[in-house]
Amino acid sequence: MSRLTREEVAHVAHLARLRLSEAELERFTEQLGRVLEHATDMNELDLEGVEPTAHPFGLINVVRADQVRASLSRDEVLAQAPDVKDGRFAVPRILGEAP
Amino acid sequence: MSVAEIAARVRAGQSSAVSELESSLAAIESRNSELNVFLHVDEEGAYRAARAVDAAVGAGRDPGPLAGVTVALKDNMCTRGVPTTCSSRILEGWRPPYSATVVERLLGAGAVPVGKTNLDEFAMGSSTETSAFGPTRNPLDPSRVPGGSSGGSAAAVAAGMTAVSLGSDTGGSIRQPAALCGLVGVKPTYGLVSRYGLVAFASSLDQIGPFARSVADAAGVLEVIAGHDPLDSTSLPEPAPELVSHLDDGVAGRTVGLVAELLEGADADVVGAVRRAAEVLARAGARIEEISIPELHLGLSAYYLIAPAEASSNLARYDGVRYGLRVPGENVSEMNERTRTEGFGDEVKRRIMLGTYALSAGYYDAYYGQALKVRTRMIEAFGRAYERCDVLLGATAPSVAFALGAKTLDPLAMYLSDVFTIPTNLAGEAAISVPFGTGEAGLPIGVQLLGPGRSEARLLAAAAVLEGSR
Repeated sequence: MSRLTREEVAHVAHLARLRLSEAELERFTEQLGRVLEHATDMNELDLEGVEPTAHPFGLINVVRADQVRASLSRDEVLAQAPDVKDGRFAVPRILGEAP
Repeated sequence: MSVAEIAARVRAGQSSAVSELESSLAAIESRNSELNVFLHVDEEGAYRAARAVDAAVGAGRDPGPLAGVTVALKDNMCTRGVPTTCSSRILEGWRPPYSATVVERLLGAGAVPVGKTNLDEFAMGSSTETSAFGPTRNPLDPSRVPGGSSGGSAAAVAAGMTAVSLGSDTGGSIRQPAALCGLVGVKPTYGLVSRYGLVAFASSLDQIGPFARSVADAAGVLEVIAGHDPLDSTSLPEPAPELVSHLDDGVAGRTVGLVAELLEGADADVVGAVRRAAEVLARAGARIEEISIPELHLGLSAYYLIAPAEASSNLARYDGVRYGLRVPGENVSEMNERTRTEGFGDEVKRRIMLGTYALSAGYYDAYYGQALKVRTRMIEAFGRAYERCDVLLGATAPSVAFALGAKTLDPLAMYLSDVFTIPTNLAGEAAISVPFGTGEAGLPIGVQLLGPGRSEARLLAAAAVLEGSR
């Protein structure tokens, strides 16, 4: 596999909503590149036709009874929010228009 | 004093939960500024819990099997109204509106949660040095790390600040610090202990477990926190297993597999301890078989793709909207980016980026997809080993506690500290680290006992044999 590039790290940082300085970009590219290089040892194993495991046990479709029950207190939850308006979470503007 | 003795004395009125709490607070007061173990001591909540226990005893009611037992909680477990930071700036000041199931179960059994302990930021690390609130020091030698990521919870028990503690283990974060601090640490079967209220790092790997000074103490705590929880859909459906009653089962007639790959690269003192442990088990009637599981070599690579992939998804929720830090911005995406850039430390950023990369278009099959297949092969390989062996034996960590700063500049070197513990998490199985002998500078060595899912009683019994031989 080809070596991880600065551009790829910058792209991934943007996807993850992280801003990196030039120095960080340099450092992270080197460090992450080494981890990915180590991961090439997985190619030693013949994995053709092996089913992937996303979860250790096969519990599927775990549902609870459809009964109304108490949930978290709205006031208590909103009390932890950085900004609240009219009983809702408030955020800065999302699109280009004025607030 | 053991957990059973403390609880018996409190239940009989020979001691009180409040006096147990007072000695815990005094121990914290004397060494916390030096060791940086607790991020928050919840005196008010602890006194409330302790007084409730004493009131129950006074009224002739049984407060439960952990009556008056002080507990430290890793600060990634939610405690209602009490700060829960994950050792990250991004959650500084957050007070969860609910408590984790494990906290409710401890309180229900009469235990007294004293406070929240330091960890590697979001449990990402092996030394407790990535905490945004400074490193924790090893109580046995403060120039060294306590291990991680649950280093604060290990140090709390090793320093005598609490009787027991809880940590979480995603790739070794209970077992490795237990080894480095001379404690018993249990990584239970995935799903045995509810994850409700445990802040998610890698959801298919995370599991809560105890730190204790003895195997019996660990068993007593695990019995209380284990068992089905309807609030965690990955929780195993059955009730908690009986563990304490099996502690004297021994290992006679058991086959113990001494795994070559779980010794490779370990220091000579560690390898020596594991081999002596095998001899002790053999003298107690176990048959020792030297085995090899080559697939274990690939655990590290698979883990450092799967865990970051899950983390990158789990940590997307820290966006400055609903709780924790918000750094203002012109618009919502600038606010998100500034919040995450200032709120997360370097190790968390590295793992988020690694995970995002492994999941991104064009690389998914080569990295994440391959890692999931390796995980399947790992589970199959363990399965074959457990057809021949009841228990596997190896080292917990490659060395005794290392110096602060020794591995902080080289993430890959730090990741290698987890090489022996990671496979169990990938397989969703159970493992224990138990202190066995000492190595360099007289520091403790931990040996690791591994078993299939739901084998905790068997592992604790084998650990008790090693403990009894010291």
